[in-house]
Amino acid sequence: MGIDHKNLNSRYLELFTSALLVLTVLFPLSSEAKVEGDTITLGAAVSLTGKYATNGKHTKNGYDLGVKIVNERGGIKVAGKTYKFAIKYYDDESTPARGAQLAERLIKQDNIKFLLGPYGSGLTKAMAPITEKYKVPMVEANGASLSLFNNGYRYLFAILSTTEQYLQSAISLVATVSKNPEKVRIAGAFENDPFSQDIRNGVFDDAKRLGMKTVIDDKLPPDLNDMSATLTKVKALKPDLLVISGHAKGATLAIRQVSDMKVNVPMLALTHCDSADIIGKFGKAAEYVLCASQWDRSLAYKDAFFGSAENFAQGFEKSYGYAPPYQAAESAAALLVYKDAFERAATFDPSKVRDAIATTDMQTFYGNIKFDSSGKNIAKPMVLYQVQDGQYKVVAPTEWAASKLRWPTPPWHKR
Amino acid sequence: MWDNVSILIDAPIFLVDLLVNGILIGAIFVLAAYGMALVWGVMNIINVAQGEYVMMGGFVTLLVVKAGLHPLLGIPIAAGVLFITGWVLYRIILYRVVDRDIFISLLATFGISILLAQLFNQLFGADVQTIDAGLGTWYFMDGVVTVAVTKVIAFSLALGLGLGLWFFLKRSRIGQAIRATAQNARAARILGIDTHRVYAITYGLNAALCGAAGSLVVMAWAIHPYMGLPYTIRSFMVVIVAGLGNLPGVVLAGLGLGASENLAGFILGTEFQIAFVFILMIVVLIWRNRSLKRQRRYLK
Repeated sequence: MGIDHKNLNSRYLELFTSALLVLTVLFPLSSEAKVEGDTITLGAAVSLTGKYATNGKHTKNGYDLGVKIVNERGGIKVAGKTYKFAIKYYDDESTPARGAQLAERLIKQDNIKFLLGPYGSGLTKAMAPITEKYKVPMVEANGASLSLFNNGYRYLFAILSTTEQYLQSAISLVATVSKNPEKVRIAGAFENDPFSQDIRNGVFDDAKRLGMKTVIDDKLPPDLNDMSATLTKVKALKPDLLVISGHAKGATLAIRQVSDMKVNVPMLALTHCDSADIIGKFGKAAEYVLCASQWDRSLAYKDAFFGSAENFAQGFEKSYGYAPPYQAAESAAALLVYKDAFERAATFDPSKVRDAIATTDMQTFYGNIKFDSSGKNIAKPMVLYQVQDGQYKVVAPTEWAASKLRWPTPPWHKR
Repeated sequence: MWDNVSILIDAPIFLVDLLVNGILIGAIFVLAAYGMALVWGVMNIINVAQGEYVMMGGFVTLLVVKAGLHPLLGIPIAAGVLFITGWVLYRIILYRVVDRDIFISLLATFGISILLAQLFNQLFGADVQTIDAGLGTWYFMDGVVTVAVTKVIAFSLALGLGLGLWFFLKRSRIGQAIRATAQNARAARILGIDTHRVYAITYGLNAALCGAAGSLVVMAWAIHPYMGLPYTIRSFMVVIVAGLGNLPGVVLAGLGLGASENLAGFILGTEFQIAFVFILMIVVLIWRNRSLKRQRRYLK
């Protein structure tokens, strides 16, 4: 077999050009941060298609409103000059691998040195090693998993409360109302996935610290269809608090079956009530249920840009035509963190901006923000709603709450 | 685990609650398993899309309720819509694979299941849906044993439809044609039975039974586009345990599966519920194999 020289030559040419391409991608000519004229460009890969598309949209709307408000109300003043925000978006298609690729692309190809987070813990987990590798700060607002914060990442900052805190306020609430925490008996049923198990650990750690007794600790299978085994146990053991977490499906099944089986429990706390739309689906059967949330428009937090939480909610409604879910609120607040950090750092050097973010200590309409050494926000508590007369009312934490807890839940034959 | 057993020993009434609820869950599996047994026995197809038909039945009922009709009307409407769906799917896809190797039909029905799940995700979104039928709950023994009326309906429907199916197969002309085709498709064709029509009706009937089951699932539990697989697996297990062409066996196996699953969830904890069911299935298969061997030896 002879060698086809012509073909071989063109192969070499191909190899050479592609090597050149790779080199230009890896070593771009300028290594300055993406600040051109008076615009600071932030980068974000957000799920605009795929299974997180709905929440991805909330995230993007939140970011966009944050940019708009900061720009309109004076912009960012860095070393005596006023700048404006802009965001370069990519669609991560709800896939972690794509998210990681896009983070690399934002940093290396688009030369962006400050990132905003994607939607969800899974995507954040995929992107964090990339931002860490290139020492580019990422302020994220939608990755709550505690596992993001025990890898020693220095450039990752989360402004939302982490998973283990989701239902801890239910424990402190039951401790407050029952007067004698040592006599309180807790029942929990948590889906067997990392997110819900994080929540479980938080709940049971707190219960143990307060001397409460755990009487049920069930792990719900991910393809869960029925909860009656757990609920029969609840009927038998009569706990003071039942905590259930299993995404929207868990919340839906919990209320469906607690009301069908007439399970009487003085306090029932869930996650994902709003995404399961329990009020719309169940009406009266959802009354008295407690739900974990990151934020609510009735909270008393304030800042100089959005005003109060309620002001933010109204502004959001005007721009996008729907009430802001907490995913949008926390995303908008991420812009305030960047603004504050740029102004204190007075430079666009990523590592100096990173240090400024690390020392953030501020109040926003979304809540107080202060990061611990692992980068998670430790200043904002989770909020606990209760369904009261067909509406979500904030009942905890008590210092920011607008409504009073209705407790204990009356038995079914009296409702 | 022993704590949980001691609850049942101290207060056996909870055992009643567990078993009653478990049996009523089993009724749903029975409905889906009838269809699977039928399709498997008559067409030699293991229908992997079984759970997706259950899901579709749920969404049809959801639409029925949105149109302002009573949720119970959803049961016959879902069954009707699903019969047509099954019939059409047979005419478009399954008639091409019905006489082929079982592996081909497995692939075909697997494809249908993926397609349906994605289609319903596009149409209705991935959200979890449920319907409040407003039928209430029966209490017994001071409210310790509670039975949702929807589940009672599911149970009676499972038994009633089983009986109806049995009569239909025994007495009606089509039923006789279905049985003839199941015994020997070629001979049935020679004797003038349009086997493709028989297959289409069988497959439509299967989908209709699943649709009725799905209609009950959306009232008693919750549905979403990706819920299919557990129902497919359960009906597969019920059919394997009961044996093909054994309708009373399907009823017993389905109800038993529901009850033992619930009991295992209570005693061992919900995380071991499914593992327990699979172990149970292996035990049943080993036991059946032994008893069959004994029969075979006897025949020699």
